[in-house]
Amino acid sequence: MRDLKSSGRPFAGWSKAGSGTDTLQKPRVALFVTCLVDLFRPNVGFSAVALLEEAGCSVDVPPAQVCCGQPAYNGGDAKSAADIARQVIETFDGYDFVVGPSGSCMATIRIDYPKMFDGDSDWQKRANELAERSYELMSFLTDIAGATFAAPPFPAKVTYHDSCSGLRSLGIKEQPRTLLASAEGLSIVEMQDAETCCGFGGTFCVKYPEISAKMATDKAENIAQTGADVVLGGDLGCLMNIAGRMRRLGRTTRVFHAAEVLAGRAGGPAIGEGEDVK
Amino acid sequence: MTVLLDTFQQRSSHALHDARLQASLRGLSTGFVVRRADAVAAFADFEELRRQGQAIKDHALEHLDRYLLEFEANVQRTGGEVHWARDAAEARNIIRDLCRKANARTVTKGKSMVSEEIALNEALLADGLEVIETDAGEYIVQLAGEAPSHIVMPTVHKTTEQISDLFFEHHKRYGFHKRETDAAKLIAQVRTVMRDKYFAADVGITGANFLIAETGSIVLVTNEGNGDLTSTLARTHIVTVGIEKVVPTLDDASTLLRLLARSALGMDITSYTSFITGPKRPGDIDGPEAFHVVLIDNGRTKMLSGAYRSMLRCIRCGACMNHCPVYMSVGGHSYGWVYPGPMGAVLTPMIDGHETAKDLPHACTLNGKCQQVCPVKIPLPDLLRRLRHEQWEAHFISKTARFGISAWALLAKRPRLYHAMTSLIMPVLARCGRGKGAFKWLPLASGWTASRDLPSPEGRTFQAQWKRRQR
Repeated sequence: MRDLKSSGRPFAGWSKAGSGTDTLQKPRVALFVTCLVDLFRPNVGFSAVALLEEAGCSVDVPPAQVCCGQPAYNGGDAKSAADIARQVIETFDGYDFVVGPSGSCMATIRIDYPKMFDGDSDWQKRANELAERSYELMSFLTDIAGATFAAPPFPAKVTYHDSCSGLRSLGIKEQPRTLLASAEGLSIVEMQDAETCCGFGGTFCVKYPEISAKMATDKAENIAQTGADVVLGGDLGCLMNIAGRMRRLGRTTRVFHAAEVLAGRAGGPAIGEGEDVK
Repeated sequence: MTVLLDTFQQRSSHALHDARLQASLRGLSTGFVVRRADAVAAFADFEELRRQGQAIKDHALEHLDRYLLEFEANVQRTGGEVHWARDAAEARNIIRDLCRKANARTVTKGKSMVSEEIALNEALLADGLEVIETDAGEYIVQLAGEAPSHIVMPTVHKTTEQISDLFFEHHKRYGFHKRETDAAKLIAQVRTVMRDKYFAADVGITGANFLIAETGSIVLVTNEGNGDLTSTLARTHIVTVGIEKVVPTLDDASTLLRLLARSALGMDITSYTSFITGPKRPGDIDGPEAFHVVLIDNGRTKMLSGAYRSMLRCIRCGACMNHCPVYMSVGGHSYGWVYPGPMGAVLTPMIDGHETAKDLPHACTLNGKCQQVCPVKIPLPDLLRRLRHEQWEAHFISKTARFGISAWALLAKRPRLYHAMTSLIMPVLARCGRGKGAFKWLPLASGWTASRDLPSPEGRTFQAQWKRRQR
């Protein structure tokens, strides 16, 4: 069983419009699953649900969601990106918060959506309104929910990769480390250049596989030098890239999304790890 | 200079396999990144300085016409001449004419990126002039017949051994017959060779880091002092400079100098920071008899009027490339033209057109580090993304990428269809991959699997499992 200790004032900075003094009502949170988690690592999604529920949220997963539109937006197709953004804005209308286990996708919603509707004040207003209540999972848990967790024990030497969008667009750095530090037995060893891009970059990694591989190799080297058993991060794209490259290089450091560890759901195979070779 | 950008893929691939280049780049990434970080940390409030720098440049650009005219009037008042060049060809012709009128045979040149941009050396050499780059780095790439691979450190791609070979080959005619391998001795050779050239030069050409409107001065920073010798010893001093370099006052230039030295090299101030105003005056001991400033547009007014104006804030410090993991992987020559790295990926298509620089805006992971270190806060990732949008509109994006993105977008806009498809496909994929945990190869995924395994999906999609759970 997990032990959730309230900091005393969960959701201190939040008050539901029209709710008056009714603080007993749980905030309604919609999970933005992200396409990669939906397809490749549902465990991250279920970890997010568990963490959000334990933080006192009522969690819903709107079925009409696919992708935040970042591949189109960064790939040049601004029109499709705006179409997808409109769909996301409609789908996630009415929730108190939208939370996703990815700094990259949530930065698209928080930072890029409002930029997509220059000259369209109605949609821009709606985009801004969504941006204001959208958060990356770990920063939401610490900064908004304000709950302090005692994460389940995880006896391992861990190093943390700071994914670029979360770090530079959303300012996520200490939040996951704070949460992870509560896990008994877990020690964090910082790697060299933890803040340097792993070479994923969305479509970059398939457009320029050689450059991407070089960057991922540098990342793998820095990970190896820490002697850590496990690499954690907050973005599945980066983690799949790092895990995939490390496997190709014959490295055995295990890769998990930080949410899996925090939710006590890191008992199964790591990212890219087989059931056969357990 | 010819743009060779269709070959970014080949060039970068070549660069990745060049062990010497990789060693040089490793040195750069550790050295300058650390030095800049130390210099920034030692400064009381670097963020405030960046804010001021941005404000100065934004103001100057907002009133560019006014400040350029003020600058021109003050250059004329102090005895110099200002020439306006719309494009590279006009700039070259103005400078060729000035050299002709000065009866020039020998031209010394200080480091100037805009002179690379307008391919000045080739034009002057074609006129039969002897042209000598006086910045040690530029001199080395000139001997090697190469372009600079970095805007601040032109020879960052060269090892000492390669430089030793070059000098051994080219310096025999100056009486150096011994192969030197010691860096200090190599530099001493350059000094000796250069000394005579400075005195022989009829025309000295330099760039300018800033133009000061209120005084008509140009500001020139170097770490070798070659700029001062180039500008003062020749009879004629010609300044090649982009129109975006003008700032209103001396104070403004001082603020930007603080940003420049720290961002470029992690120094508090460059070794030589010179303010040059007009030609030699009566009674002056030295200085050129004639002073010309060639103001070069070459695509800049177009940038000024559109969404790329912030790019004109650039003070050419090179911090964006020093911190760019792509530049650090492939080096400057992979970018194929004068300006490499993030700033080059924006400037090249702006100056030379999308057609010649299709790859550059995409050769970036949008990790945002460049924007974080840019002394004048240029939103480089946003500009690169905007260039991609323009490429999409103009159909410059490769068919494969276009198809891939369109297909994905089509599905993303149809959640029901998407989830119906993925709920069937992913479990099959999972059954194939779950045992080993990852795929070494998968149809349609070769871009990924070429260099890394593709982690296997767990099984049913999250949405499929969630739906079942909610029942």
